[in-house]
Amino acid sequence: MNATNLPATSRMRRPRATQEPAWVRWTLIGLALAFLTLFLFVPLILVFYEALKKGADVYFAAIIEPDALSAIRLTLTVAAIAVPLNLIFGIAAAWAIAKFEFRGKSLLITLIDLPFSVSPVVSGLIYVLIFGLQGWLGPWLAEHDIQVIFAVSGIVLATVFVTVPFIARELIPLMQAQGTEEEEAAVALGANGWQTFSRVTLPNIKWGLLYGTILCNARAMGEFGAVSVVSGHIRGSTNTLPLHVEILYNEYNFAAAFAVASLLALLALVTLALKTVVESRITQHKENANEHRGA
Amino acid sequence: MSIEVRNLSKQFGTFAALRDVSLEVHSGELLALLGPSGSGKTTLLRVIAGLDVADAGQVLFQGEDATDQHVRERQVGFVFQHYALFRNMTIFENVAFGLRVRPKNVRPPDAEIRDRVHDLLKLVQLDWLAERYPHQLSGGQRQRIALARALAVEPKVLLLDEPFGALDAKVRKELRSWLRRLHDDMHITSVFVTHDQEEALEVADRVVVMNGGRIEQVGTPDEVYENPASPFVYEFLGNVNLFHSRLHRGRAWIDGIEVDAPEHAEAEELAATAYVRPHDIEVDRVAKDEAALAARVTHVLSVGPIVRLELIREDSKDKNPIQVEISKERFRELQLVRGDQVFIKPRRFDLFPNQIH
Repeated sequence: MNATNLPATSRMRRPRATQEPAWVRWTLIGLALAFLTLFLFVPLILVFYEALKKGADVYFAAIIEPDALSAIRLTLTVAAIAVPLNLIFGIAAAWAIAKFEFRGKSLLITLIDLPFSVSPVVSGLIYVLIFGLQGWLGPWLAEHDIQVIFAVSGIVLATVFVTVPFIARELIPLMQAQGTEEEEAAVALGANGWQTFSRVTLPNIKWGLLYGTILCNARAMGEFGAVSVVSGHIRGSTNTLPLHVEILYNEYNFAAAFAVASLLALLALVTLALKTVVESRITQHKENANEHRGA
Repeated sequence: MSIEVRNLSKQFGTFAALRDVSLEVHSGELLALLGPSGSGKTTLLRVIAGLDVADAGQVLFQGEDATDQHVRERQVGFVFQHYALFRNMTIFENVAFGLRVRPKNVRPPDAEIRDRVHDLLKLVQLDWLAERYPHQLSGGQRQRIALARALAVEPKVLLLDEPFGALDAKVRKELRSWLRRLHDDMHITSVFVTHDQEEALEVADRVVVMNGGRIEQVGTPDEVYENPASPFVYEFLGNVNLFHSRLHRGRAWIDGIEVDAPEHAEAEELAATAYVRPHDIEVDRVAKDEAALAARVTHVLSVGPIVRLELIREDSKDKNPIQVEISKERFRELQLVRGDQVFIKPRRFDLFPNQIH
């Protein structure tokens, strides 16, 4: 059969029945692009522009300055504690919720969502009310010479609280969709609990887990509100990167503020890149899984 | 190995999945648990496997109490309806799993595992798929791999939960007879769950018909088909015609035809229903005696060796169509066409008094 024998209309570009006219499409695309440019791209470029406006020397000086280095160190420390804690909690909670039936399950799901629905400032205040000098545990803590508020431990607590949902939320729907049959099959074949988890459950959720961890990490490093309330802004001691940016900005030290802020912006970009990679792997994984289910 | 369950009961919330179920599975037999969805058949299978725990009752393997034994220790092979293959492992690793997770002192060496897995893959005729992943296989192939995986640990009993339920009709038929042959070769005590009566009757040595968490009847396929113990079994296994009847002191009136019913000698003016299989109805052009019902042919399906007729009774209030099956020869003798009047008479029937609700 020769292509020229085909009726002419079939080769002409005809709008499909479900397609909007061109001007509608381009207006919508244009609007979305304008919005993104105004609210995302311009600010992002501006951060780097302001940071480097006074030259690379000023930029690097602002970053290797002792207080800035201390803030970087603290931010990394906090993330290094908060992320693994939530990793363990997230897996445990998702495992329990997705694979077992128990009383109070919906309450647990609601509790996991709580940090999302509460303003971070309020979460910080809760810790002040509990651990602060005038708080419930304040006198007892003071007696035993333990400082939580205005100290690193308070910052870690606040960060852990704020980042609780990220990993669990990512894993619960994934694990629920996968069901319990593979685990049952493993146990019936003689696997113990750890073998079942490490050989069957964990490999099945690894991409979702990585995705949740990336988001959790980004939030742990970028958290401002809750940390701001409990930290006390002590330079070189309880200042995290976001707090350091605020202090520099309030001191009209714009170049330094933007230099440090650019580190956070970089973190965001790296996170975004990682997220994209992982997301594509998840889609692939899901497609396999769907194929796997339907037969 | 024989399996015995005694007085099993299991409740899911307010839903009673099993009510006082007792059953014996003989060593080496292939037993089908047959019933509609919600009849408790899958729950019974899962309780035998140890994947579910009954609220009351006992499970015994070879006469020994296994009620409190963990699934891991029961040494059962379980095959899931949706295969439950490990999606992150190759087919080879799927089959090898049961051997790999054994404690070090009883784990066979790698070379032996490799040989064993390949033997099993050959047994299910899928040796060439060893390095593939489950999602690359067809449904029928996956189910055979699931079976090989279950057999790898040399289970004492094989439990299959609707093993062919997710497959299309043709593959289903093939796998069905393949499973039967496999069982004939291996003689491993096997229990499989199905809602497909044809599947149960064709494959199993014995069939357990379940309904509403209870066992309605246990018997060979022939027994349950030819002598159903209850109206439910009658209706669940094959087609059946219902006739309004009345029982009185050893006599029965089936839609007006008087017959002997010696097993109901004590009945006093009891409303009942007669169950008659389509091939147990005699059809004639003329009424040979008074004990025949006049009916009119409304439909004729004469494809194949059996001719199916649909009739409507003429002088009865009951206007439900009656299904009749006659042989091709008989059909040729009668030369029936749509609209003809015929006289019918139940040749074999069972009478069940109506349940009083």
